[in-house]
Order: sequence, then C-alpha cells, then structure tokens
Amino acid sequence: MGTAVERFDEKAHHAFDKIGQNHVYKGELLRHRVYTRFLHWMVALCFFLALFSGFGIYLPWLFRWFTPIFGGGALARSLHPWFGLAFVLFFGLQTLNWIRPMMWTAADTRWMRNIRQVINGQEKLEPPDTGFFNAGQKMQFWEIVAGCVIYLITGIVLWAGAHVFGRLTIAVSYVLHDISALIMLGGIFIHIYLSTIGEPGTFEAMTRGAVTEPWAWTFHPAWYKEVTGRDPKQAYEEAARAGRWEDPR
Amino acid sequence: MSDRRTLQIKQMSAHPGPIPGEGVQRDYDVCKLIDTTTCIGCKACEVACVEWNDMPFGETTFDNTYQTMPETRWNFWNLIKFNEHQREDGTIQWLMRKDQCMHCADPGCLRACPADGAIVQYTNGIVDFQQENCIGCEFCASGCPFNIPKFNKTTKKVYKCTLCSDRVGQGLEPACIKACPTGCLKFGSKDDMKFIANERAHQLKENFGYNNAGVYDPQSIGGTHVIYVLHDATNPEAYGGLPSNPQIPWSYTIWKWLAKPVLGTFALFGLLGVFLHYVMVGPRRPQPEPPIKEATDGNRG
Repeated sequence: MGTAVERFDEKAHHAFDKIGQNHVYKGELLRHRVYTRFLHWMVALCFFLALFSGFGIYLPWLFRWFTPIFGGGALARSLHPWFGLAFVLFFGLQTLNWIRPMMWTAADTRWMRNIRQVINGQEKLEPPDTGFFNAGQKMQFWEIVAGCVIYLITGIVLWAGAHVFGRLTIAVSYVLHDISALIMLGGIFIHIYLSTIGEPGTFEAMTRGAVTEPWAWTFHPAWYKEVTGRDPKQAYEEAARAGRWEDPR
Repeated sequence: MSDRRTLQIKQMSAHPGPIPGEGVQRDYDVCKLIDTTTCIGCKACEVACVEWNDMPFGETTFDNTYQTMPETRWNFWNLIKFNEHQREDGTIQWLMRKDQCMHCADPGCLRACPADGAIVQYTNGIVDFQQENCIGCEFCASGCPFNIPKFNKTTKKVYKCTLCSDRVGQGLEPACIKACPTGCLKFGSKDDMKFIANERAHQLKENFGYNNAGVYDPQSIGGTHVIYVLHDATNPEAYGGLPSNPQIPWSYTIWKWLAKPVLGTFALFGLLGVFLHYVMVGPRRPQPEPPIKEATDGNRG
C-alpha cells in the first residue's frame, strides 16, 4: 500500500485520539487506538442493522418478526441497501487501516496447519512467530473483504432492479448475496465467541483499547516482543515461576 | 364464478353411494382467450382497462408503429403489440397481440416475492398483487418471464393486470373482454377456452392455410390463464417477444427451497459449534493459568 494510505490513517488516528481516550493501566499494552475501535463498532452496528433488515427479506416465514423493528417490510427494504452501503464504507476504511498487519506470511501458513491443536485447546501458547493478528483473524478479515466486494456488486444490481440489469443478473446476484451473507453469519458467531468468553481478556482490546501483558505474550507473542522488546517465552516462564497467574474469571 | 361452489358437499356421514351434486359444476379455473388472428388492433381493450381501473391516460410514445407505447406501465396494464413480420415469400404479415399478465399456473412473480401476502393466486387461477403488503423490492419483475410487473417510483409498489378480479368476483367478465368488438377476446373456464382455441386453430389449419396455427399455453410454467391462438405457434417470438419456452429462474425455485436448510446448517454449525467448544474444550486463557488440580480417584466424575 502506498504512503498516501498510511498518511491518511495516521491523520485519522491522530484526530480520533484527540476525541477519545485509550485507558491503558499498569501491566497492560495498548492494542487498538480510538480510530480503530470507532471503525470496528460502526462496522458492527451497520452489520447487524443490515443483517436484521435483510433477514425478513431472506426468509420471511421465519424472520418476519424482524421487520417491525425497521417500521415494516417496505421500510426494511428501503433501509437495507443504505445499511449495507455504510457497512461497506466503514469496513473499507478499516481495510485501509489494517491492510499491513493483515498481510499473509509464511508463519500464517504454519499456523493454519496447526489449527486442530488450537481448536482442541492443546496449544496453550501461540507459536512465537504469531504477530499482531493470527492466521484465523486474517482469514476472517479477507473473507469479509471478499464478502464486501460481492455485497457491493450484487447489492447495486438488486437495488437497481430487473429493468436495468435483466432477469438473469438479478437471479444470480440474489443467490450470491445470500451466500455471502450466510458465510458472514457463520463467521460472526465464531468472532463474537472468541473475542468474549472464548479467549477472556480480548473484549477490552476493543472497548478500552488495552490488553494485559500475559494476554499479549499468550496470543500474539511476536507482537509482544515488538512492543516491549522482551522475549515472550521468558516473560511467561518468569510469571509461571513467580506463581503470578491471571484471575481466571 | 360465484361462490356456489363453496357450498358443494364434499363428505357426508353414513351416506351410501355418490355425493349429490358432485362433479356437476364444472372446473372453476377462469381463462382469457385471445385470438390474435381476429384482432384488428382497435385498442378498445386498452381504453376499457384504463377506464375500469380508473387510471389516468399517460403519455404515448410514437415509434413508427401503431403501438401506444413500447411496453406496459404500472398504470397501463393492457397493451396491443404491433409487429410487422416478414414471411418467407417476402410478404409482410401484420401481427397484433394484446400483451398483459398471463396469470401463470406457476407464477414466477409469486415464487420470487419475499413479502408475506404481497402476491396471491386465487383458486380460479387469477394472480393478484396486494399492494398493501408489497415491500417494493421488484424481485417479482425478475421472476416474471413476460416482463409484466411494473414499479411505481412514487408509491414504491408494483402493479399489473388483475384480470379484473374485482369484476370476476362479482360474476362479470374482465373489462377488456366486454370492450372487444370482434369477439377475438373470450372469457370462461379454462377447459372451455382451450376447447374453443383448439377448434379455431384447427379451422385456421384446415380452411385458411395456416399450417403452423396453434394455441399458446406454455407448459413450462404449468400453463397460463391467458391463452393465445397464433397463426404460427412455432414462432411466438414474432408477436412482440412472446417466449416460446418461458422459465422461472432457478434461484427462485431451487435456491429458495435450499435456503432454509442451508441457513439452518450455517446457524447450527456456528452457534452449536461455539457453544459445544465452550462447554467441552473451554476457553483459552492468557498463560500462565492457575495450576491444574491433580486428578484423584474421587475427582473423575
């Protein structure tokens, strides 16, 4: 990515740091600054608004109770494309913000080969080359990037209607739009689970912006090393010897 | 077409033999027959439609034909399409076809529609739009093989020919039928109209030399409640784009049916997956954790 993008992101971060605050206490590290958190929650808001307004159109026999939230079917249909457009816009900004740490590396390929141990809970500490984002987060990120492109193209087609793009284009777009939404629906359960009760301590990275040091050396050791200059393995072993464990909640 | 039929007895307690009156009344499927071979293009049906449905007469478009406008509009449901068809011997045949909703037995618009109760099909075969339930997504337009549903940008609702369901419900024929001066439009039960249409096609073949004359009642969508007699049933496209094999897109047949199980699977895998992970494997905690209690015999449960 060009330096123009970096300059834009830096300016945005600077402006948002003036508006909001990062509460980082002793023994903690700053993970997400105000601008990143703002984008994340705007994306989340638009995602659920678009999801719920789309539910009633996707399967009315099951989800018709969603449409009154938006003032009825006709209004849900009118609002849905605007929610979707806002979702794509905010996620587009987040993409610019995150594109560098989200780049795929050889370490990510190794991480994916090891995914069974991660799911089984056998891997207590992430491999030492796991950076700011791990391969699972990157996969989800790029899935949403691809999903946004599909949403945008098929969404504009569906918005304009059959008299502009023809019957077949609508018919194909309709299915692609649905499939893209279904994949994201599957992904959101995993995302919410892992960022709350699945990996305790993660949620505050997106609220206050801070994480504890043990969280950092456990889940993102390479990033821990980068920001503290200390060896994550050594830091972990020292803590274990001293018997300083985190409140398990 | 009144509701006498609803009072026909269906079952009877302790009654030997057939049920009285059963099968006496004929099929109540309605049908409009359009004989393109006797249409003179007078447009009385167009005027009658606009009059009965109380719609303002909009601007017309002149494009060097007698046709009122290129295609039907949200407030102009009945349009005679004028086509000059060049025959093999070089002579010109002037084809006139009254274009309107075909009232398909398997309506693509109804299959495509995601709004509860916005499109209904009556037992008499009429397909009707209920604008108060319409959400204005225009999916019906992509489901329709005949380019019939039209969107009103102001009301954000879709409109089309109702086959004068309001008149038919009162035992009257549709307004277009009443206005036709040549008798090329007929209205009655589907069986009767098919019978007359086949007789006419036979007549055209035997007495007028139209060897390809036939009836247009496409079976790919289960037949229609508006049928045509055509001079050349092998080439309906010549009559202003009448499809010879109308189809409903597979996204409204296969996908809409698949969508329910697919959604269930995604939701189940997502929700059940993370729930079972939480209760069986447990969360991943920042390390070091508190030391794990050593397993003893009393701690197996």
